[in-house]
Amino acid sequence: MAEELETERADVREDGRRPPRAVVGSHRIEEEIFGKVFDSNIIKRIWTFVEPYRTKIYWAVAAVLSFTAMQLLIPLIIRYAIDHGMQQGSADWHVLTWSIVVFLVAIIINFGASYLQEMLVGGVAEDVLFDIRKAMFSHLQRVSLSWMDKTEVGRLMSRLQGDVNSMQEFLETSVLSVGDIALLFGIVFVMLYLDFKLGLLTLCALPVLFVVRLFWLPRARKSFMAAHETNSIANGALAEAIHGVRAVQSMDRERVNFMLYDDKAHANLRTHLTAAKYAQVMVPIVDSLTGLAMALVIVVGGSRVLNQALDVGVMVAFLFYIQRFFDPIRSLTLQYSVMQRAMASGQRLTEVLDVPVDIQDAPNAKVLSPDMDGSVEFKDVVFGYNPKHPVLKHVSFKVNPGETVALVGPTGSGKSSCMSLIHRFYEVQGGQVLVGGHDVRDLTQDSLGRQIAMVLQEPFLFTGTVFDNIRYHKTDATREEVIEAAKTVGAHDFIMRMPGGYDGILGQRGGNLSLGQRQLISFARALVADAKILVLDEATANIDSYTEMLIQKALVKLLEGRTGLVIAHRLATIREADRIIVLQNGELIESGNHTELMRNRKLYSKLYNLNYASFDDIPEDVLDEAVTTGQAT
Amino acid sequence: MSSDATDRVAKPLASLALVNAAGWGKGFSILTRITVMAFRHPWQSSFAIGATLVASTFQLMIPRLLGQAVDHTQVALTGGNAGQMAQDALLTTALLLLGASVLRGIFTLIQNYYSEAVGHHMGYRLRLACYEKIQRLSFSFHDSMHSGDLITVGLLDLEGVRMYFSTALVRMVLLTMLIGIGAYMLISTDVVLGLLALSFVPFVGWRSSVTQLRLRATWLDLQERLSVLTRVMEENLGGIRVVRAFAAQEHEMDKFEVASQSAVTLAHQRVGIRVANTSAMTLSFFAAMGLVLWVGGTKVMAGQMTVGTLTSFLTFMTILQMPVRQLGLMVNAFARASTCGARLFELLDLDIAIKDGKNASELKVTDGTLRFENVNFAYPSAAKNQVLTGVTFEAKRGETIGIVGPPGSGKSTLAHLIPRFYDVSGGRITIDGQDIRTATLQSLRRSVGVVQQDSFLFTTTIENNIAYGDPWAKEARIERASESAQLHNYVLGLPTGYETVVGERGVSLSGGQRQRLSIARALMLRPAVMVFDDSTAAIDAGTEQRIRSAMRKYAAERVTLIVAHRLSSLMHADRILFMEDGRIVESGTHEELLALGGRYKALYDLQVRPGDDILSA
Repeated sequence: MAEELETERADVREDGRRPPRAVVGSHRIEEEIFGKVFDSNIIKRIWTFVEPYRTKIYWAVAAVLSFTAMQLLIPLIIRYAIDHGMQQGSADWHVLTWSIVVFLVAIIINFGASYLQEMLVGGVAEDVLFDIRKAMFSHLQRVSLSWMDKTEVGRLMSRLQGDVNSMQEFLETSVLSVGDIALLFGIVFVMLYLDFKLGLLTLCALPVLFVVRLFWLPRARKSFMAAHETNSIANGALAEAIHGVRAVQSMDRERVNFMLYDDKAHANLRTHLTAAKYAQVMVPIVDSLTGLAMALVIVVGGSRVLNQALDVGVMVAFLFYIQRFFDPIRSLTLQYSVMQRAMASGQRLTEVLDVPVDIQDAPNAKVLSPDMDGSVEFKDVVFGYNPKHPVLKHVSFKVNPGETVALVGPTGSGKSSCMSLIHRFYEVQGGQVLVGGHDVRDLTQDSLGRQIAMVLQEPFLFTGTVFDNIRYHKTDATREEVIEAAKTVGAHDFIMRMPGGYDGILGQRGGNLSLGQRQLISFARALVADAKILVLDEATANIDSYTEMLIQKALVKLLEGRTGLVIAHRLATIREADRIIVLQNGELIESGNHTELMRNRKLYSKLYNLNYASFDDIPEDVLDEAVTTGQAT
Repeated sequence: MSSDATDRVAKPLASLALVNAAGWGKGFSILTRITVMAFRHPWQSSFAIGATLVASTFQLMIPRLLGQAVDHTQVALTGGNAGQMAQDALLTTALLLLGASVLRGIFTLIQNYYSEAVGHHMGYRLRLACYEKIQRLSFSFHDSMHSGDLITVGLLDLEGVRMYFSTALVRMVLLTMLIGIGAYMLISTDVVLGLLALSFVPFVGWRSSVTQLRLRATWLDLQERLSVLTRVMEENLGGIRVVRAFAAQEHEMDKFEVASQSAVTLAHQRVGIRVANTSAMTLSFFAAMGLVLWVGGTKVMAGQMTVGTLTSFLTFMTILQMPVRQLGLMVNAFARASTCGARLFELLDLDIAIKDGKNASELKVTDGTLRFENVNFAYPSAAKNQVLTGVTFEAKRGETIGIVGPPGSGKSTLAHLIPRFYDVSGGRITIDGQDIRTATLQSLRRSVGVVQQDSFLFTTTIENNIAYGDPWAKEARIERASESAQLHNYVLGLPTGYETVVGERGVSLSGGQRQRLSIARALMLRPAVMVFDDSTAAIDAGTEQRIRSAMRKYAAERVTLIVAHRLSSLMHADRILFMEDGRIVESGTHEELLALGGRYKALYDLQVRPGDDILSA
């Protein structure tokens, strides 16, 4: 039985059935692509970005209109030249010369207008694109972290890119569609003016096209979207194969995956062929209508020319107009989809732009002086990400200048929240947080940030050189300072071993370094920052013992002469601290140095006596037990 | 549909061969190779090209017919009695015109549809070939290639090749027809006027080609700059806590501003290039039209030419305007296809470093004994840097071997050699006496399960992830594996249980949960050799303990290799190998190694409560 299973473990059965649990790629839940065609609120918001360029837009519209006028004028000039200049027997040099001169003027205006129009529209659309993006990006720098916490980076990126781009497309096409509308009405008007009856007859083709397109559009759009979707599915599957290639190979899934991918690729092929049919089916219809309109002009118009009821030039002009006739209709129907897309994007953009900025400098905020004493104090602090469920309940403690305090407690006890509050990432709901004796709400965020160096549990490095990453906080730090700091924390050696040394480029998020090494670099960064207060969240993940040793040594160096607040996980760190604060369920339950707390025989001593090298190693059930008995005593 | 499905049932290598067959002779240019590939769909490509010829012929007839119609109306003015004849002639011309227009439309449809179809079919085959190649290329290739670049090849370059047939080849036929025959017709009617009417063609063709190539070059540059901007934004948002922690918003805005400015400047330049081109092209076109009107008008007045002929000249120019502007697009399509093709074919032509040997046979697992015999190894990318030297050991079924050592000592590398992610550079690895290089990759990899340190989860349900290596698995077995990996309870706690989608776009799991999931995944495979490559680092010690006891019955049936730096993960092993600089320097049980008092002992002292002695004192 087991044997049999082994042999056909991963393959597709003879009958072509696919394994029930196998998929490749994932089906992304697409966001709404099309919105309402017109939403005045969104138009207003977009207009605020366009407004600074409104003079350019006015000029562009003027240019579009004069461009269109010239397009209309040219067949008329030809008509004039034919009817008044070239009729045999009544040839008039004067008329021809004049026609040519007018023609020349027209094409020069045409040239200028087209240049001006495209230049202005293209330029403004690019500018607005970057303005919107900048506004969003800088807004995101200020919105509260609680909002950022619950929003995926990927989603924000698709706002900053996809949605902003579709606004740009909208801007470009909307000015041009002014021209399209003008051209359409212009042609209708000129035709009717030249010859009302013939004009009316020819224009019969227009509603036919409109109706056909009306039927065609929803179906065609469905097929285009299906093609688009199968395309992104197939592409997603390819990307997955690339990222997961090691897992695929080690589990021998190549054959099954190939088959499943084939299904997707083939679906992609089919939908694209259908979409191609829909896209092309309009071609013979438009061509036939054009042919029909021209045939009508020739038969009806021609016989009237024969009867001398119509000038031949008018007929020629008609023939020219008919050839231009259907272009504006085509682009206007496309513009419809662009509009809908833009409204949906605009909706999402305004949502981001409207996220309130909770934390702002008070109007009379003070600058925290670098000479402040470096003390940190929590006075009866109440805080919760959701105000109904406080994470910190009336917590009070003071860290004296130069002291190192370890914050200890089980997951969810409120340690990280304390850390965030010192930096005013969030606003307290009760009590106050004082840094250097000032309520953090009375200080400018910038000056507060300069006096607090923070090392996060997951060290985040930016793409760029090691050098730039270390001086991230202090961009004017010299090379000597940087190297000095790296040496102090013990990062110098491995940095020198990296290709390029300090100028070596760190991959995305420092991917080419181990967690421990990244942590050391972030230590060096904090050291260069040379802030009065150091707030540090120790890494919990297992770091190999060698790097671990380096980190412990570096920590001692880092804390020299600074006020330190460490969310500690490792006993070695905890024991070194001047004072230990034990938090549980958002309440401070004990504080003192190691010896005192051990004598206390409360939660700390319980945890400590469990004999784990790190509090994070304690299994949940054991921990629960310790916590409950700790509470009982 | 169903027959269609079975027809397609995956002959992966066959489809690869199809594409490769197009590559006979390196001397032939890439474009030839793509062209040959296109003509592997003989009917569709012939339809496309045939229809192009017909459609352009009908299109060329239209100005003629219009000219005739105009002339028919002029006849009446001279010969009074010819009225009825002229009427009839008009009707005939109109019908011909209608017919030509309808036919032109239909053939254009066929032309466009089939040339797209050829492209899509080519795209389909290329996609499959690409996918298969990427799946099969060995680890050393993927190590050296940035995944983003590979995606670019698989998406954008493939697109460039796919578009070749319709945007380059068919368009070339169309343009040759229109411009070639059109020019002949015009010049044969009236040399001077014909030349004047065509005078804009070389200028516009040249301008648009140059411009398109410049736009392409700047486009690539722009993409580069935009990707810098993307990176700046992405890192900022991902690292927003660091940014805020260091009050670096201003610095970040500066970074954004620089990246953004560099992109917007180039974007403006591109608008400039494009606009200068289009307006110059339009001007030259209309200038030529003005000349035709002037010279033609003079001729009409002199009675050397009819109004109809002049009309047909002017209409002809209107018809020619669009295709001539497209000359640039065509040139660009050729350029794009050849650069994209070069990259794509480079990938498709790559040799797969690790594949079945010529007489590879199924691996036969009997006793389940794994042996390393004097194994040396260096990564292909850095052949001088020997990672493993003279590694020799043996492990029998039921044994657990622990491997420990400082970072960079070669522990993980050793683990990667067993399923042939890389091939040894010297010595050999055997399973039951068979050199693993003589076994088929499929049978080998089914016999070796590896739990990676940072395992990739696929964006699908937890259930499907666990069953990844055995997609026919029954639910009960999945749950058992998940229980052994201590994942079951967590999964049951999720609102959608095993149906919960995880991975890149699903629920994000913590490091420990991911590792537990990948352990469950490996347990599904029932391999003869099970390798844990530092795969419990993020799992807390207690859970790890429970996994270990659950694993006991699994371990009895196979060889288990545990690579770890946390000693508690491997203290219980039957044998522990201590590695340093690619060599096994100590080997024995936990107790033996402690008694030895060497490096292992030193590591032990370092890890287990450093400084404890002070406290107890």
